[in-house]
Formats: sequence, C-alpha cells, structure tokens
Amino acid sequence: MSWLDKVRNSLSSLAKSDTPDTLWMKCPSCGEMLFAKDFEANLSVCTKCEHHGRIGAKTRFDQLLDAGYTVLAAPKVPENPLNFRDTKKYPDRLKAARAANPYPDALTNALGTIEGAKAVLGVQDFKFMGGSMGMAVGEAFVAGVNTAIAENCAYVICTAAGGARMQEGILSLMQMPKTTVATRRLAAAGLPYIVVLTDPTTGGVTASYAMLGDVQIAEPGALIGFAGQRVIQDTIREKLPDGFQRAEYLHAHGMVDMVVHRKDLKGTLAMLLGYLARKEVA
Amino acid sequence: MSEYNVVSSPSGDDGTDWMSMISFLDFEKPIAELEARIAELRATADGSALDIDSEIGKLEKKSAGMLAATYAKLTPWQKTQVARHPQRPHMVDYLRLIFTDFVPLAGDRTYGEDAAIIGGLATLDGRKVMLIGHEKGHDTPSRIKHNFGSAKPEGYRKAIRLMQMASKFGLPVVTLVDTAGAFPGIEAEERGQAEAIARSTEACLALEVPMVAAILGEGGSGGAVAIAAANKVLMLEHSIYSVISPEGASSILWRTSDKAADAATAMKVTAQDLLALKVIDAIVPEPTGGAHRDPAVTARALADALCRELSVLAAYTPAEIVRQREDRFLAIGSR
Repeated sequence: MSWLDKVRNSLSSLAKSDTPDTLWMKCPSCGEMLFAKDFEANLSVCTKCEHHGRIGAKTRFDQLLDAGYTVLAAPKVPENPLNFRDTKKYPDRLKAARAANPYPDALTNALGTIEGAKAVLGVQDFKFMGGSMGMAVGEAFVAGVNTAIAENCAYVICTAAGGARMQEGILSLMQMPKTTVATRRLAAAGLPYIVVLTDPTTGGVTASYAMLGDVQIAEPGALIGFAGQRVIQDTIREKLPDGFQRAEYLHAHGMVDMVVHRKDLKGTLAMLLGYLARKEVA
Repeated sequence: MSEYNVVSSPSGDDGTDWMSMISFLDFEKPIAELEARIAELRATADGSALDIDSEIGKLEKKSAGMLAATYAKLTPWQKTQVARHPQRPHMVDYLRLIFTDFVPLAGDRTYGEDAAIIGGLATLDGRKVMLIGHEKGHDTPSRIKHNFGSAKPEGYRKAIRLMQMASKFGLPVVTLVDTAGAFPGIEAEERGQAEAIARSTEACLALEVPMVAAILGEGGSGGAVAIAAANKVLMLEHSIYSVISPEGASSILWRTSDKAADAATAMKVTAQDLLALKVIDAIVPEPTGGAHRDPAVTARALADALCRELSVLAAYTPAEIVRQREDRFLAIGSR
C-alpha cells in the first residue's frame, strides 16, 4: 500500500472503493496493458484474453443487482476468540484488511432484485484476508440465508476464498457444518440456492456451502478445488494435468452445471430464478 | 461374523509383551532410558538377588512417576505426537475391543470401495448401531490398503450411504474419527472431493437418529468434520482436532516449516482447549502414558462415554435430534 492509500484509507469520510484507482493496469493472465476504465467497463474482464479479474462485493452487487439494492449489516461476532498471533497479531491483520476494504469482513450480503427477481446476494471478497471463512463469514452466510427465508426469495452467493481462516482455528472449521445447517433450512423452505464459483474457491469453503447449490455456476478459468495444488503435487509427486481444478475442468467432470461468462451472468441468474422462484402463496 | 472382528491389530493377541515393545517419542527419552536400565537389571537378576529386585522396584516407581508427570502437562505439540503415535490404537482396535457382531458394509455404489473409511452394522454393549470411522493402518501393507486414513470421495459417499441407511432403520450412528485429512490427489479432485465432504457433512446434519462422534487420534480438517457433525462430539484425552495440521499452519502463516509447535499452541488443537471452547462435549480419559500403553482400558472408557451419550440422546424425538444438532453448530461463533 502506498503512503497515499494509507492516508486515504484513514479518512473515513472518503468512500472506499474495491476497484483499482490507477490509470493503467496489466492483465494478470496475458500481460496486456489495459486502460483501467476500459477494464472496469468490461466488468473487469480482460478485453484481449477474456481473463476474469477478481472483483469485490461492491462491484459485484453493482454488476448483478438492479439499482436500489440494500447492503445488509454485517452480523457481530466475537473477534479473536483464540487470542491468535502468528508473525502478526490477528486483530492487526483484521484492522489492515478493514482499512483496505469497504466492508468489515470477507462475506457481505445485499437484498435486491436481479432483473426484477428478488434475491439475497452474498459476495465473498478475496481481497479481505483471502476471502477466508471465519466466524464472521459463517455468521454472515447464516444471516443471508435467514433474510432470504424471511423475504421468501433465493440466496445467491459468489464464492471466493482460500479456505478456512486459520487464525480462528477449530472455530473456522466449525463454520462448515454451521453454514450447512443454513443451506438445509433454505432447502426446507423450498427456496433456491445458487452458487457462483469465482476465482479462487478452495479448501473448507468448497467443501461446504460452495458445493451445495441447487445450481452450480462457475466463472471461466476460476480455480476451484478442495486441496491446494502445491499440497497435491507434494503428495503425489506428479505433474498436474493442464487446466486442473479450473472451472472448465470441473464442468467436464460433472461438478458444475455451467461455466458462464461474466457478461451473461446476470441474465443467467435471472432466468434460473424465473424457473426456480417460489410461487407466491395466494 | 467373528472373522470380521479379527482385523489387523497391534495389540497383544499373539502373546507378545506389548509394553516391552512400546516405541518412545522424543520427549519420552528420559523415561525410555530408565526403562532400558530396568530391563537390563532384570536380565541380570534372574530372581535370585533380592537387592536387585528392590532396586528394580524403586526404578519402576520412578519411571511411572516420570511418565505420569510428563503426561500430566503435555504441550499441544507433544499431544500431536501422541495422537499420531505409530502404536496408537485405531478404529480396527476399538472395533475388536468394544464392538461385537460387526457386519462390514462396503462401497459407494457409484465408483468404488475406499478402505480409508470403514463402516458397518455393529453392537456396542448391547446397542445396535451404525459404525463409521477412519482407519489408518498399522504397518506398511495395511497403511497402503487404508491409504493412511486419508479418504477419497468414494469413502465419504459410502459414509453418506450408511448414514442414510441408519436413519431409515432407526439405528444410532457412531463415528470414530482419525485422519490427517481427506486425500489431496488428482483423482480425488476429479471425482469431487469437496462435494463429497460437503454432502457427507450435510448427511450428518440430516440424520433423524442420534449421532455421536469420537476423535481417536487426529481430527484433520474437512476430512474429519465430514463424519463429525454430530449431536455429541467426544475426544480422547490426547487427541487433536484442527482446521489444518500444525505443520501446514507453520508453512502458510509463518512461511517456515519449523513453527509447528507454535502453530499447535496458537490454534488450540487439544481436547482440553476444545472443551473450553465448547466445540466438544466431553473428554475420554486415556491411561497414563497414552492410549497405546493400554488399548483395552482406553477402549472401555470410550465405550462407556459413547453409551452415556447414546442413552441421553435416545430420549429425543427425531425432530429434537435434528434440532439439537443444528443448534449446536449454529451457536459456534454467534453472539
């Protein structure tokens, strides 16, 4: 972070944005120099190679929800329950992540409509401590689902996470069954649960709510898996196949319903909600 | 069905003196040295010299005292080593020691049979249950057969099948957890390791029958929780349960391989820590020096603890059983 960002982030009156504020940027996939405004206008997809860039909650809400949505308040959870420190104290890591991001943890929900169809949309932000799932993410997931049940609408989530938040130890692991309780309740209410797997989604997040959708969508090229590639390579000592754990690979192996380009995502979600939405009770 | 009960086991069935073959861990070195001296004295004594006998008695007392003192204050990293002790009793040992009339059930009906997870119908102190658990194996051939207790998707899908069968026939589910983690491999990813774990966790939560899980040695991450989302969760006194191995946390958070001991402490992986955090419900005591020094006594304590929980849960209606399990996990991390 530059000194300017630090100063800017310390001024709470300035709205924090989760998009780059530099003029030019380099595509992380093909290396093409892109005019940042063009990249953003193209939904953060590279105009040359179609690489889907990682985007935060605010940008995602704007891309997928109709204007006039409401961002839901983040539930309060106990912070630093293990009094954890590695090379840094966990509260210091949280503070730094909050200074650099618009929302207080890695999963944020908004209530709105997708081409007119009501839905709660949850977005995980990889920029917030790798999108990692701790108690705040688990609790936000449950809250998002509860709002969907109360509003009698679908819960749609865009996942992005390296996995569980290690700084919360076993309590992060326990978010796997906890979020699964929520998906079961949504199912019991007869409401749709749609998962959009974005780059990257791995570890305990993939092994819980990210794989339990009624419909599983993946963004092109997204890394999706349970184990990390280095761990696999260290275990089996073989070269990993081309495209291993990428969205298209998961599609070929029957793990996702479809790989959808970002420009078609909103329309696809709207169509799915049209089919799956709960019929109004007379 | 007795032939199924005779599964590979490191215990003293064959008449060997188990205690004399104990492998000592690094931190047990002073005890190992003392035990070696006792054995040496015994070899020279041949029962004739009384003063040697009394010397042996003194040393044995000292050794027992050192063992008790060491095990009373094991660090989280030492507990990790005890939990992974090569002679620590496994699923198959408990199966032989406390369960009877075991009928093994195999296969996921989709792809294959995964011996990293063993399952079947079993009887525990007169109670008919569905038993599911990880098996690591105890020597090279059996470790390969059981893939060191690291299950692939078909293992979890077998667990799902057996849990659903248990629910259908009103049998309580007992799971014995002992895995370093789900298998990280190409074919496991290809066949949907993440989905299999997620669905297995979901199957636990859907059970309309009581479910009790016990962590025997290692409760390694998602591979453990997939069969441990139970009404009651127990841990053996020196077992560990963790989101990632201490070594893994060391390499990711400290970016070095030698901070595993610090990581084990920081992550709070011990049964005692997890009871305090209310993640588990009870601790099953182990004999002084760990479960491997007396598998039969450990197994009896485990059976008693399992039966205690099953008796309490037997009074619940199916709706109450589901609700209690849901509330248990919803409470973790909410204010």
